[in-house]
Amino acid sequence: MTALGVAAAVASGERTARSVAEDCLDRIGEGDGEIGAFNLVLAEEALADADRVDAALDRGEPVGPLAGVPVALKDNLCTRGIPTTCSSRMLEGWRPPYSATVVERLRAAGAVIVGKTNLDEFAMGSSTENSAFGPTRNPRDTSRVPGGSSGGSAAAVAAGFAALALGSDTGGSIRQPAALCGVVGMKPTYGRVSRYGLIAFASSLDQIGPFGATVADAAACYQAIAGHDPLDSTSLDRPQEPVEGALADGVDGLRVGVLAELCGGGPRQETGRTGNDGPAAGGVEGVADDVLSRVQDAAEALEQAGADVRTVSVPSAVLGLSAYYLIAPAEASSNLARYDGVRYGLRVDAANAAEMNVATRTAGFGAEVKRRIMLGTYALSAGYYDAFYGKALRVRTLMLQEFAAVYEDVDVLLCPTAPTTAFELGAKTADPLLMYLNDVCTIPSNLTGHPAISVPFGRGDDGLPVGVQVMGPALSERLILKVAAALERAAPGDGNAP
Amino acid sequence: MSGAATGRETALDDGWELVVGLEVHVELSTATKLFCACANRFGDEPNTNVCPVCLGLPGSLPVVNAAAVDFAMRLGRALGCEVRPAVFARKNYFYPDMPKDYQISQYDQPTNIDGRLKLPDGHVVGIERAHIEEDTGKTTHVGGGGRIHDADYALVDYNRAGVPLVEIVSRPDIRTAEQARAFVRELRAILLSIGVSDARMEEGSMRVDANVSVRPTGSDELRTRCEIKNLSSLRSLGRAITFEARRHVDLWSSGERPRQETRHWDEAGGRTTPGRSKEDAEDYRYFQDPDLVPLAPSAETVAAIDAALPPLPAARRAELVAAGAGAVPASDAALLVERDQDGLVLAAISAGADPGLTVTRVANDLAVEDWSKVTPDGLASLVALEASGRVTATQAKQILADIVESGETPEAISERRGFQAMAGHDLAVTVDQVIASNPDEWRRFCSGDDADRKKLAGFFIGQVMRATKGRADGAAVNRLLQQLTHGPTSD
Repeated sequence: MTALGVAAAVASGERTARSVAEDCLDRIGEGDGEIGAFNLVLAEEALADADRVDAALDRGEPVGPLAGVPVALKDNLCTRGIPTTCSSRMLEGWRPPYSATVVERLRAAGAVIVGKTNLDEFAMGSSTENSAFGPTRNPRDTSRVPGGSSGGSAAAVAAGFAALALGSDTGGSIRQPAALCGVVGMKPTYGRVSRYGLIAFASSLDQIGPFGATVADAAACYQAIAGHDPLDSTSLDRPQEPVEGALADGVDGLRVGVLAELCGGGPRQETGRTGNDGPAAGGVEGVADDVLSRVQDAAEALEQAGADVRTVSVPSAVLGLSAYYLIAPAEASSNLARYDGVRYGLRVDAANAAEMNVATRTAGFGAEVKRRIMLGTYALSAGYYDAFYGKALRVRTLMLQEFAAVYEDVDVLLCPTAPTTAFELGAKTADPLLMYLNDVCTIPSNLTGHPAISVPFGRGDDGLPVGVQVMGPALSERLILKVAAALERAAPGDGNAP
Repeated sequence: MSGAATGRETALDDGWELVVGLEVHVELSTATKLFCACANRFGDEPNTNVCPVCLGLPGSLPVVNAAAVDFAMRLGRALGCEVRPAVFARKNYFYPDMPKDYQISQYDQPTNIDGRLKLPDGHVVGIERAHIEEDTGKTTHVGGGGRIHDADYALVDYNRAGVPLVEIVSRPDIRTAEQARAFVRELRAILLSIGVSDARMEEGSMRVDANVSVRPTGSDELRTRCEIKNLSSLRSLGRAITFEARRHVDLWSSGERPRQETRHWDEAGGRTTPGRSKEDAEDYRYFQDPDLVPLAPSAETVAAIDAALPPLPAARRAELVAAGAGAVPASDAALLVERDQDGLVLAAISAGADPGLTVTRVANDLAVEDWSKVTPDGLASLVALEASGRVTATQAKQILADIVESGETPEAISERRGFQAMAGHDLAVTVDQVIASNPDEWRRFCSGDDADRKKLAGFFIGQVMRATKGRADGAAVNRLLQQLTHGPTSD
């Protein structure tokens, strides 16, 4: 049952929130041993939350739009009094004294929090294999990864352990696992959803967003968590129109650009480029043919629905990956400095404070986190700043300009979410650069701060789900949700449903 | 040059000139901290004014306190700075009392740049910048030797973490140790005048570092400097600069050169000791803090700050001196402005009080925390009583102390205490009795030279005061003594 279906059934009294929660906890109990989506299942808390919803309904009090809907939270979202680990030894057992704004908003909407989901440590990774507590497996094929870093949240929704889940997306960490697990995942405009209580990876890129089995579910979840928050200085204080109403609208006349650089090649020959430019003429490499075919199918589906589809070029899109792997580690190196063993989390004792700090960080962080802290420290260092971090910031500015220009010509952009379908566990763990390439199509939206959504559209040659990505300009959530809904309606038959 | 070196602490060997720039950290006296709603209060129980934000807990985010920015801009304008759009940056380094292991500060785009501070002697010191940053927590080393290297353990109090600071960086325009102290004194007076800080060096709400170098007199080069830390008083500041300058002169004179380094002032030993050198200085990896948005004060905001800026200490001192028409010394004017009593004195003077006597009474006898019950009219009445000889100086001081307590009128206090200056016949009788009791002294008084007479006049006045329990007016006694040796004067 979809989240909106659950909410309607609970609100109408057809089901109790408690029975929904019990079913959900049963499914987790039966299935999560194999999947490993959760770091922590909040059985007691979920039942108590559900009982409160039922009691409110009994008293005839108004309940929120997500009344009784089971929601899973990525375990980098602070929950008051409940362990929040970032899947790191560093924070094992730490209980925040406060809840993230999004958690408060979900509760206010009547949602029932069922657990905290696994992630790549501190959200650094694309497969959820970098978790200190073991990997999560893809419910579509348990020999495969669920993607990452929000792999636990994507898997929880794909497996039916929760109707909705929250993730965080710094370089694709919602959209890529959504694609690999065959669910819908959206990264809203930077600043649309408060980051207060999201444990930071890269502050200028991090954004919380929803997972749902359907576009409408994801839209409802987004609606519940979005909006200005005075506790986050980067939160946007801008009016927000309801998104649900737009989903049924068609795409007739909408201008859709297929983004050439992220679809296997550079600008088309007719734009004047010569063959000598080759693939390096602009296109990112490594996007699989079956994924490209599904994107092509999606473009055709939109065209048939009345959209005006054309191929467009954003040359700097291919620079995104390099810029990202300087900016994100640079910010991370600073954000993760506070894990020093002094105030909370892990402490490994040593002769003095400085040595304790080193011992704690050596023991507490995994290899990928250490790699990025070192990368970022280097990129910000005196004598290297201009060549690395400074240059990456200039690329970011260039990308903003080029995307702004392309949005003069088209309303939304279409491209793959991930270069491939879900890959085998262990397939890329030995080669960090290969792993980083997973994010090549999702990173541009983080660097520009624009919203983007991944929606399942058919399957790859291996029978696993393919996600296509719809990107739009700042604050265009309503628009990209509408396009995603159109794609969902047009998607080939068999089963995005969990 | 104006403000040339005076006093022994500033004397350098011939041919050398002192070059000093100061970095002054000032805690702003806002109600709450820079990035959260915790109380900004000194002296509370450790770790009681803390929250997820100022403890740097995972997931917390800073939100800038508009009042702190306003205070900082006010200070900038008082120092004649240009107030500019600014961004917050992170200064990254590990230290246990810094919750996030980075300090939010301003780096290449500070709020205030290019100001100046004019010392009372007229010397002008340029202000390079005055930027906003957050304070750290406070570490106490416990056990062992109680010092950083031999303590058993350390305790950290985060009440101070996140308290708003402004760091004022002067240009290297200071040429004597006395100028350095005058700079800090004048800056403190400005801070108090505009109400942005209590600026107490002893409580650490004002902390001074000095960058010291020397150069051959007449040169405009800037030679290797050392940054002197741990200067907890004006006295330390002056001594440390003098010591360090001599050390540099000695090094240069013997063909060596100072190393660029941080040095610590050892107050007990009267010397500076080496700290971190430039080679092992930290790389702070500054970058714009992505959790905060740039500050962009509008021209209207800056204009409103200018319009609301109260008179600055220099102007207040000048007004007081002018109102005194020669009767108010500059040192008293500075003192009264520092104590914020110049307004009271000016009001009393315009109510008709004698300027010199008013300033003397307030400067000498109103050094109290709470003088809110002293009104200009009350002060003027008191000064009038004393000036007319109806009460003595001693009685006037008592009355002022009573006003501070009770707020009664001077007339009521005088009556209640039975004060009135003893005069006329009663006083003459008492003086005669005292002379009769001290014949030797009287003989020496009558025959002595000027110095003896002056000394013995003091003796007799003291005896009369004792006999009258302070009700006599010393000046009147002195007049009687002179009359008795020389015979009645013509008036």
